[in-house]
Amino acid sequence: MSELIKVGMADYKVGRYPANLISYGLGSCVGIALYDPFTKIGGLAHIMLPDSTQARSAENPAKFADTALPLMLSDMLKLGASKNRITAKIAGGSQMFTFANATDIMRVGERNSEAVRSMLKKIDIKIIADDTGGNYGRTVELKLENGIYKVKTIDKGEKEL
Amino acid sequence: MSEDILSLSALQLDALREIGNVGAGNSATALSQIIDRKIDMTVPQVAIMPLGDVPDVVGGPDAMVVGVFLRVYGLAPSSILFLLPRESAFYLVDMLMGREQGSTTTLSSMDESALMEIGNILAGAYLNALSHFTNLTLLPSIPALAIDMAGAILSVVLIQLGQMGDHALVIETEFTTDNDGVKGHFFLIPDPGSLSTILTAIGVKE
Repeated sequence: MSELIKVGMADYKVGRYPANLISYGLGSCVGIALYDPFTKIGGLAHIMLPDSTQARSAENPAKFADTALPLMLSDMLKLGASKNRITAKIAGGSQMFTFANATDIMRVGERNSEAVRSMLKKIDIKIIADDTGGNYGRTVELKLENGIYKVKTIDKGEKEL
Repeated sequence: MSEDILSLSALQLDALREIGNVGAGNSATALSQIIDRKIDMTVPQVAIMPLGDVPDVVGGPDAMVVGVFLRVYGLAPSSILFLLPRESAFYLVDMLMGREQGSTTTLSSMDESALMEIGNILAGAYLNALSHFTNLTLLPSIPALAIDMAGAILSVVLIQLGQMGDHALVIETEFTTDNDGVKGHFFLIPDPGSLSTILTAIGVKE
């Protein structure tokens, strides 16, 4: 049995094959999988908010797209991954409830996805798969054997990115 | 310290628990009248927990639940979530619609409306008590419903709290019917800032 590393909300974890990384029940949060296919080193982040500079408390950098991703990348490099081989797959960022007068609070899923895309661009990592949006939850698993990013939902089936 | 919820005194927590108790008592009575069953409720928990731990209260982030969500408007904006395990929601719908137990396996839009109405009534009863206590006018929005993973549904409120800190103050009560296993969790999650308004209103603000 390979080890299954759980990534909680506002957290990230890195690992190496034969481990796998999983995060349960993403709603408006975004799950970002980074993977180096040569060393089979990967990382999974479960971010809640787009921007640490707009929050009153930024004590936990793993909570924000702009601070979690550079940290996770640097942890992967420490394990021996090589940056020019790393690609990203992202999923989540849905809007769970729809209200007629949707405020910014309700649109946070969309803003999270945008922040993740722009941060990945900034640290120069290419997104090769993107399953964001919608109005449903997702459980995501990164298989470190081959970089497959498995997205499970309740009603919308299961897919491999 | 950016998180004032971590420094609440025992007296303040007791006061919040008492509010939860009266609010949930009102809600339980309302629910009991609608479905004509005895409802038991737990003494409300007032818990301050890391944001990521909140989904564990209802069985973990991937537990399948039905959630009715309402925003609370007024001087102490908050969120209300009524979460039921999916089987309990089906059971409750059977009771409401006068169907034989076990006949509901998916929710029609009529069933969803019925559950939203239950959420509406519970929230109304709860807020009534809270308004009474605090003298603050508190009005619920129209309800919204989702059937999904507990973590995904809770993320809606947790994200908002995440802007202010890493912990949530959760006032939570569990409802159960006598012996047919309907179980539901009622959460009141004050917005950042609302907590201090509530504490001031009930006279326990330091």
